[in-house]
Amino acid sequence: MGIFPFLVVAWVVVVGLYGIITSRDLIHQIVCLIVVQSSTYVLLLGVGYVTGGAAPYFFDIPLHTKAVDPVVQALALTDVVVEAAVTALLLSFAIQAQKRFGTLDPHELAEFKG
Amino acid sequence: MISAGLMNTLQVTVLVLVAVGATVVVRTRTRVRQVLALSVYGMLLAILFLVFQAPDVTLSELTVGAVVLPIILLLAIAKVRKREQ
Amino acid sequence: MTPRQRLWFFAVAAAGLVACYLWAFTGLPGFGSYPGPYGQEILRVAVQQTNATGVVSAINFEYRGFDTVGEEFILFAAAAGMSVVLRKLREERETEPADEAESRTVPPSSSAVRVAALLMVGPTALLGWWLASHAQASPSGGFQGGVILASAFILIYLAGEFLSFRRLSPDALLNAVEAVGAGGFVAIGLAAIAMNLPYLYNYLPLGTVPGAVSSSGTIALISFFVGIEVAAAFVLIVGELLDQTLLRSA
Repeated sequence: MGIFPFLVVAWVVVVGLYGIITSRDLIHQIVCLIVVQSSTYVLLLGVGYVTGGAAPYFFDIPLHTKAVDPVVQALALTDVVVEAAVTALLLSFAIQAQKRFGTLDPHELAEFKG
Repeated sequence: MISAGLMNTLQVTVLVLVAVGATVVVRTRTRVRQVLALSVYGMLLAILFLVFQAPDVTLSELTVGAVVLPIILLLAIAKVRKREQ
Repeated sequence: MTPRQRLWFFAVAAAGLVACYLWAFTGLPGFGSYPGPYGQEILRVAVQQTNATGVVSAINFEYRGFDTVGEEFILFAAAAGMSVVLRKLREERETEPADEAESRTVPPSSSAVRVAALLMVGPTALLGWWLASHAQASPSGGFQGGVILASAFILIYLAGEFLSFRRLSPDALLNAVEAVGAGGFVAIGLAAIAMNLPYLYNYLPLGTVPGAVSSSGTIALISFFVGIEVAAAFVLIVGELLDQTLLRSA
């Protein structure tokens, strides 16, 4: 169990990137980007985990029990909500691209110049 | 409290499920089916965060992955599909 | 470059990326043995210093409050950017959201969905409000509470009442609420500067019981403002996308 969560993180990143590169549809690409972003949450929480630690909330457990690292949880928490808003902005770009160019295929979109 | 061995097994199982879920989401090419796969993947991630002793992140991921992301994706798909007809 | 060449190029690059990842991960101290001094130090002093039993929220809104201001403004910018990007093109005409399909046979949404959604609107709004104001005690806080509050509005739309949804969430009011939320957070920090303290210093009375609603000073107040800002931002985002499905091209 020493390095297994980080192997899963590397696998999710590579799979997400493969999806982005071989995609023929902008909406599919955006969902693969969501998958790549989710790997960073797993990495953050995996780094901060302490074996045998409890959640860092002390309203019902005594004050100095061993707990997992709270700083990475604070980072991951705001990350999750902000990712949804950025995804919405990306989707509005995709909608507008389809309105102007008539296609959602990234290979065809790449041929337009300006 | 849960013993260390049981927690270990739980974490390994959920990690494997997350890896499989990511592969399934990427390999689904139909739009609406991929949104459904993303919802299930979000739920698996929430269980993973819970097993990693992070209830705050679990709550965030549940609300975002089950409500907000499917809604905005489905609305965008409906708008794009309407224009393709 | 043909797709097959692109795939081979990606395979080589991915192999290099995975090699770098493995080299980095073998340098980590292994899963479960986190040695970091910062986290352990915060766990030791947080509850005495801020009277907040929810250490993660204390970190979010006090110890690292400056980062949270930045994240909140990412949300603000994304919601504002959507209104700019989704502007009308020259050949699109906007139609009023009125019921114009009386002669069409569209299957109505099932009554089970409508009744369930309508029944859940009230409890969901209450749950979101409760979560946004209890950041200091338990796993809750402004971000989660705000999203749940926004989903209460989305439930109104899912219940088939799109016109009520639009009437209950006019754009001007949402923009104002979002600005109040974001500005309130910054104003709390600036008020600390006006009292000759560092930016975002916790200057309100800390209360006596750790974890009570009135304890932990500015943390509860900041969490409330963040909650209403996140809720307004998400209702704006969903409203923009819903408006898009009503625009018809000429």
